[in-house]
Amino acid sequence: MRKLLFESLFRPPFTEKAPSPDDAAVTELATAVGHAARRRLGRSLSIREVDAGSCNGCELEIHALNNAYYDVERFGLRFVASPRHADVLMVTGPVTRNMREALERTYDATPNPKWVVAIGDCARDGGCFAGSYAVVGGVSEVIPVDLHIAGCPPTPTALLQGLLALLEQVDAGAATS
Amino acid sequence: MLIDRIPGHRVEEHKPTPRVIVSAETWRMLTAELAAGRTMLFGLWGDAGQVHMALLEQGEIVVVTIECRDGKFPSVGQVHPPAIRLERAIQDLYGLESLDLRDRRPWLDHDRFGVKHPLGAHVEASPVSTPYQFLPSEGESLHQIAVGPVHAGIIEPGHFRFTVNGETVVRLEQRLGYVHKGIESLMAGTSIEKASRLAGRTSGDSTVAYALAFANAVEAAAEVQVPARAVFLRALMAELERLANHFGDIGAICNDASFVLMHAQTGILRERCLRAADVCFGHRLMMDRIVPGGLARDIAPEGQTQLRALIAEIRKVFPQLVELYDNTASLQDRTVSTGFVQPSLVRQYGAGGYVGRASGRAFDARHNLKYPPYDQLSLDIPVLDAGDVDARVWIRIREVDQSLSLIEQIFDRLPRGPVCIDLNPSGSREGLGVAEAFRGDVLVWVSLEGDRIERCHLRDPSWFQWPLLEAAIENNIVADFPLCNKSFNCSYSGHDL
Repeated sequence: MRKLLFESLFRPPFTEKAPSPDDAAVTELATAVGHAARRRLGRSLSIREVDAGSCNGCELEIHALNNAYYDVERFGLRFVASPRHADVLMVTGPVTRNMREALERTYDATPNPKWVVAIGDCARDGGCFAGSYAVVGGVSEVIPVDLHIAGCPPTPTALLQGLLALLEQVDAGAATS
Repeated sequence: MLIDRIPGHRVEEHKPTPRVIVSAETWRMLTAELAAGRTMLFGLWGDAGQVHMALLEQGEIVVVTIECRDGKFPSVGQVHPPAIRLERAIQDLYGLESLDLRDRRPWLDHDRFGVKHPLGAHVEASPVSTPYQFLPSEGESLHQIAVGPVHAGIIEPGHFRFTVNGETVVRLEQRLGYVHKGIESLMAGTSIEKASRLAGRTSGDSTVAYALAFANAVEAAAEVQVPARAVFLRALMAELERLANHFGDIGAICNDASFVLMHAQTGILRERCLRAADVCFGHRLMMDRIVPGGLARDIAPEGQTQLRALIAEIRKVFPQLVELYDNTASLQDRTVSTGFVQPSLVRQYGAGGYVGRASGRAFDARHNLKYPPYDQLSLDIPVLDAGDVDARVWIRIREVDQSLSLIEQIFDRLPRGPVCIDLNPSGSREGLGVAEAFRGDVLVWVSLEGDRIERCHLRDPSWFQWPLLEAAIENNIVADFPLCNKSFNCSYSGHDL
């Protein structure tokens, strides 16, 4: 373990500076999310993820936000274990009939002010699962949605872009109210 | 041969394995063989007025079918417990009733659909929920802990009901079905192309394996051979998917033992795999790249260089992580002897993947069923007997080495040529396909009417693994549940369907 930790002292960080335009975009985007989050919510933005029926593809990419390449936590964006600690609910999947009540209760357990981000194509309108007897449809059929991030599944970069858009929307809302 | 022991009417259009329509008497005889451990249950699913059962005996698969008189069939689960949940699901979806099954509680149906038996008679029902009856646990000083369906991590939903005595788990009972999406009903009557997209979204982490098993089934039914280049590239994708998932799992298991360093390091390797997949095939998870008939696209020209660089890097970094895992006493203290699964249970349930192979069951569809191109590649199947969390980690570690070697072998003999052909199926046809996903064998059964899907069934490996998790956690402490659960990493979506 010491060897690995020691090596990481000298090795450049995986969170790449700007080796290629794509990766540079990630870093730039992540920084922007960080500044906006701080302006609005002080030092942190707590996110609670709810799988309301997804195939788990979206979960995999949300997980990736925490890896060394995207490392969202360095900007104070973190995933929390309870809706009671959350500012944002990140909801994936078409909402299944069997998950509808659990989603409603999770929403009710989240303190105000709160925002809901629907992740992935299924979360918009049920995607390829729309029309099934077991599926309600998109997230907005059940709880109010502030932002939708498209993709099947959205890449971690798209997820970061989406969080930025949410924060801008929240700022705009605060300015007009 | 198994098929020689099964009298009945053979269905000629079923490919590549036989399907036999059997009498109730033969059905009972086969059920008794399952209970005696002579054959393995490989699948059990409903259809219009009939029930199909896939049996496995030493690399031979046979599907048997029983016509249900008055909507009833002789129970398999009553003599062979691995079938219980499958039978409860058949009852929910088709309304076909298994005679003498004691456990009559619904499984996938939570009284929320607004219909009863959606794939069968489709009866309107009021969405009034009756409380689910958990099995009783009685004794002094017992209390219950109810967890889920919404869990603390970024994971799928399901409910776990623990009965505990102090810190020790006396009984765990799972309740699943929360992410039931009705995939099989969506597939019925749809085009092959649409059904393939649905198959690839049955369990997102195994999208390649599902798309592959589905394509295998459809191609078997249509009796077409896909180009050799496509066959090899499909296996390449499957191995890349396996690598990414195993890295994710190894890290996540250690993370649940609070060993974050490993999680961070394997997270880097996983991300490298996904980025390489994106470069090679244009999608990080490789969704919709495998289609019936071949591939949606060939590998990118720079793909081979990228993957060879990735393999070199994994070979440099991963052994250090394995050494770290092996030499960290505090981590070993958590994983060794935790979540033990009896080899006899694994055999009885026919549990595949690392759950089976960590408890002495040497089954891997790539090896035992030798579907192409694995019949031309050299592959070792690691098997251990310890049956604990540690063994399930080690199986994954060894499989990483195997996948790296397989990718190299594939590049060494990758044929040139097209990657897709037209299917043009006609008439009534049936096919069966299997693929080894990272967590075990996926079975897909399809019946076609021209170029439409008449009925498709997808059986996730988790059906035969989830029940063993209930056994694995017994007499462990509550705090070790996340560790045990992650070492199984069963699919919710693939199971709930």
